[in-house]
Amino acid sequence: MTSSLADVASSNATLRAFLHGLPGVDRVGADQRAATLGTRSIKTTAKAAAIDLAIRMVDLTTLEGADTPGKVRAMCAKAVHPDPGDPSVPKVAAVCVYPDLVAQAVESLGDSGVKVASVATAFPSGRSSLDVKVADTALAVAAGAAEIDMVIDRGAFLAGDYLKVFEEITAIKAACGEAHLKVILETGELATYDNVRRASWLAMMAGGDFIKTSTGKVQPAATPSVTLIMLEAVRDFLAATGRKVGVKPAGGIRTTKDAIKMLVLVNETAGEDWLHPDWFRLGASTLLNDLLMQRQKMATGRYAGSDYFTLD
Amino acid sequence: MSKTEAAARLAVRKTYKLYIGGAFPRSESGRSYPVTSSKGEFLANASKASRKDARDAVSAARKAFGGWSGATAYNRGQILYRIAEMLEGRRAQFVAELAEAGTKKAGDVVDAAIDRLVWYAGWSDKITSVAGAANPVAGPYFNISSPEPTGVVAVIAPDEPLLGLVSVIAPVIVTGNTCVVVASERAPLPSITLAEVLATSDLPGGVVNVLTGSVKEIAPWLAAHMDVNAVDLTGVADEDLAITCEQAAAENLKRVLRPAAADWYADPGLKRMTAFLETKTVWHPTGV
Repeated sequence: MTSSLADVASSNATLRAFLHGLPGVDRVGADQRAATLGTRSIKTTAKAAAIDLAIRMVDLTTLEGADTPGKVRAMCAKAVHPDPGDPSVPKVAAVCVYPDLVAQAVESLGDSGVKVASVATAFPSGRSSLDVKVADTALAVAAGAAEIDMVIDRGAFLAGDYLKVFEEITAIKAACGEAHLKVILETGELATYDNVRRASWLAMMAGGDFIKTSTGKVQPAATPSVTLIMLEAVRDFLAATGRKVGVKPAGGIRTTKDAIKMLVLVNETAGEDWLHPDWFRLGASTLLNDLLMQRQKMATGRYAGSDYFTLD
Repeated sequence: MSKTEAAARLAVRKTYKLYIGGAFPRSESGRSYPVTSSKGEFLANASKASRKDARDAVSAARKAFGGWSGATAYNRGQILYRIAEMLEGRRAQFVAELAEAGTKKAGDVVDAAIDRLVWYAGWSDKITSVAGAANPVAGPYFNISSPEPTGVVAVIAPDEPLLGLVSVIAPVIVTGNTCVVVASERAPLPSITLAEVLATSDLPGGVVNVLTGSVKEIAPWLAAHMDVNAVDLTGVADEDLAITCEQAAAENLKRVLRPAAADWYADPGLKRMTAFLETKTVWHPTGV
């Protein structure tokens, strides 16, 4: 299949033929499968392990117009020591900021091991020319971003211009150089689960290292069903090509329960190999505090209060 | 075909559930327990709340705190008065439920509960003047002490199904606190009917949350909860349990109210209101 995949992107017609040739998604079945896996009960030591793993997978994110260097500094401090009162809490995977704040984040994080991710390509709408998007990416990479979160051109995708989306991802991948490329599909705007599957394959074939559900600016964002479909896509893509791609649900994951449901989905769909921060991330901001509160509840036996944790 | 009597109508019995965040959910645990009348007859099954219901109730109370404490005293007083109005309208229902629970002179008890609400409603815009002060200071400053609500209060209600319940809830919420109430374990049904009154009185959802079930099971979790700011142990009859709760409450320095046995018909005084107020003192420069 590897050789045939190479030819797929030769024209819009071949891409369409391939993407529309993917098996359709059974919407009811996918929703039900995701809901069933969401009922798994994870308790005691397994829960403690899941909470720590989830903390290690968090991409601590701030993507507001009102972001300041001070806020980014504070967030970086939190990324390295999520709970200053408890040194046993692991570091998060990365912080995610706008390109102009990458330099600040890189400086604040130093050699802590927490990576800096940056959104790029006219985030969140993606409505700009390819030149601007490449320049946006280059800006973030030059400032020291280790990971780039790009958005696909949903307008082109929905209009059926798959080749444009493909070439855009390829161009951004080239602009990334060493940096990892996460491709945001914005599933909330793709309308159907079939489109989610097609966009996942398109992004992986174009060279994305991660596929990410959402920008966090559109509802619905990272629903369990959509994450399930994307996890199936990376599993099938590995089988077809031998290349492993990561998944990042982002947006709407606010509670520990939501996060643990995601981990169950990963384990049961893509497999245990994906249960690592290199292959699965949780894009979130408020989630981290809930994880810390649950962690404290498990340690002390009493319910934690948000007064005792930093505001985001 | 034989002649048949018109079938007797089947009574539609009420399902007694919890009251959390303005909604009436069943216990997360799915448990319930039978409630009997004072003569031992089965009345209904009440939900048996778990610690997770208590946790949900605390988050609902926390969520409601900003809006409720920020509402004007005038508005809070109006809403308390509205609760009294709604209670008056359901007088017959409460009299019947209290009689089943074994309360003597149930009519008088309901009247006293309504009057108690009206009494506390009147205090909403006066307590600040009584509990606050303009302090004389040796400097060019106004120095003003004003009472502020404490936050989320966990209330273990006494075994006095309506009057006792109203007498512990009203003073907590009139000053702007929100609360989680654990109803009388023996006679929980009037508390859920009271929740129906609260739900139709313009009281924002989450200001009062009512749990029914085992006090021994729920109270320690509420007393230890780091997001609860005060506990009212009025209804904890067991000495050991009260001590356990007090110790748990010490962890985040909760305010604890553990009064001696009360006569619910007596003039309540200001104690219950001031117990859940904190004094904020502000120095403000005078224009020189």
